[in-house]
Amino acid sequence: MVLIETQDLTKSYGKSRGIRNLNLRVNEGEFFGFIGPNGAGKSTTIRTLLGLILPTSGQARIFGEDIVRGKKEILSNVGYMPSEAIFYNSMKVRDVISFSAKMRNAACATEAKRLCERLQLDVEKRIEELSLGNRKKVAIVCALQHMPMLCILDEPTSGLDPLMQKEFFDILKERHSAGATIFLSSHVLSEIQKNCSRAGIIKEGELIALDRVENLSKTSARRVVLHGVTSVPEYLQAKSAEVSEDGVSFLYSGDIRELLRATAQLPIYDISITEPDLDEVFMHYYEKEEENV
Amino acid sequence: MTVYIKELKQATKSWCIWTAAISFMLLICIFLFPQMKSEMSSVSDVFSNMGSFTVAFGMDKLSFGELMGFYGIECGNVLGIGGGFFAALAGTNILAIEEKEHTAEFLLTHPVSRTLVLTEKLLSVMTQILAMNIVIVGVSLLSAVMIGESFELREFFLLHIAYLILQMEIACICFGISAFIKRGGIGIGLGLALVLYFMNIICNISAQADFLKYVTPYAYSEAGNIISESKLDLRLIGVGVVLAAAGVFIGYFKYNHKDIAC
Repeated sequence: MVLIETQDLTKSYGKSRGIRNLNLRVNEGEFFGFIGPNGAGKSTTIRTLLGLILPTSGQARIFGEDIVRGKKEILSNVGYMPSEAIFYNSMKVRDVISFSAKMRNAACATEAKRLCERLQLDVEKRIEELSLGNRKKVAIVCALQHMPMLCILDEPTSGLDPLMQKEFFDILKERHSAGATIFLSSHVLSEIQKNCSRAGIIKEGELIALDRVENLSKTSARRVVLHGVTSVPEYLQAKSAEVSEDGVSFLYSGDIRELLRATAQLPIYDISITEPDLDEVFMHYYEKEEENV
Repeated sequence: MTVYIKELKQATKSWCIWTAAISFMLLICIFLFPQMKSEMSSVSDVFSNMGSFTVAFGMDKLSFGELMGFYGIECGNVLGIGGGFFAALAGTNILAIEEKEHTAEFLLTHPVSRTLVLTEKLLSVMTQILAMNIVIVGVSLLSAVMIGESFELREFFLLHIAYLILQMEIACICFGISAFIKRGGIGIGLGLALVLYFMNIICNISAQADFLKYVTPYAYSEAGNIISESKLDLRLIGVGVVLAAAGVFIGYFKYNHKDIAC
């Protein structure tokens, strides 16, 4: 079943910020990654889906409900963790968590307590006393305590220390195996590669790739390392070349026979051609787009 | 009622400060009355012979020598400015603060309609104003007893009802304004209250500015008229109610169609 579906979803602000003709599908039970650098439109997409901002054109459905008309229905089954974890400063952590539960008419104190214990969150502190990491923990509890069917997480790990990040992903994986759908927005590619089954890449408001994570990594581009020469052979369409002491490393997406022909004449003593990791793929997508522009 | 309760809790501190400050000033004023009364013959003449200044504050219709007259002018100003400012602040802040403090995103991603959030927020402002006025009325009545005087109760309550409506109107208009602003806006609210206050003074002085009485709620809260005529000007109050309703309606309309800033 399709859980999130957008059709030509567009949100334009005065200038460049916004999203253009976004067509996205996330299926039930997926662990979906949404990748893009800051300002690419990830948060705008999420905020539109959650009804904080109204789409300029196009439409979107979550659980089959229109995001504008069925907002209340949608929100009651969504757990959202905003990138900026900001709450009412004068309130205690305990009060914020119970406020959120009451707003949902949900009796979930036991689950909230369990999450707080796992995340080592002190519920007696006031929000204003908390560090960013601790506020993120409050956001996690508020997003997950009511056992939502869909978790939408916007840059969730910034500010969390590595141990907490691990705990956080453990919790997410448990929710995922229990049937929840996870929509994870991030610019940390390793996070997406490690956890997500499918991902979309967004750039300047447009979705430039949408596929399974392994397929995204499986691009035609290869990381080529030549040992013995210190410059990229002429005629080759190489990108992000790095020269080291005894060799050169670059991304190559052209004809593989041409690569072999070009290297055949060179005094190289070793060559490796590997699939790039997602980080590089990501850069590759971004550079490719720039070329087209 | 979750948002309503949250708003009341968050407003407690500011409410206490404003209520205490206004009550204290009223109490001081009332305690000054006995002395004023003993010097009445000279004071009353002075106050009623200051030309347009006398007219501006409605002192031509009231006697400083009587508690009710004195209360209407002195305390009326305290209540008009203090209460009006509190109402303006509470109204302007109620919506805008969520975006200013970046809490709107948290609040509005819960499964509640914006209309419900707005209604509970508006009710909380009205509750604060009503509670403040109840305390103030109590303090005034008590203070009068303490100095061994008594109010003319009909006029006293009419005056307070007028000021209550005035504060509600200002709060409702500021609520409407609040839906439009993203950052702060305290200046706008206080500025509006101040402008309305001065409009009434201008309206009292100049016959040409008489139309201003339909704009400013301070016109129907004018102690001079209420006490001397022993009734409220329902026509002016009616206009005020319409303006307040417009503020609320615009606030709902705008906020329901608003892109919430992150």
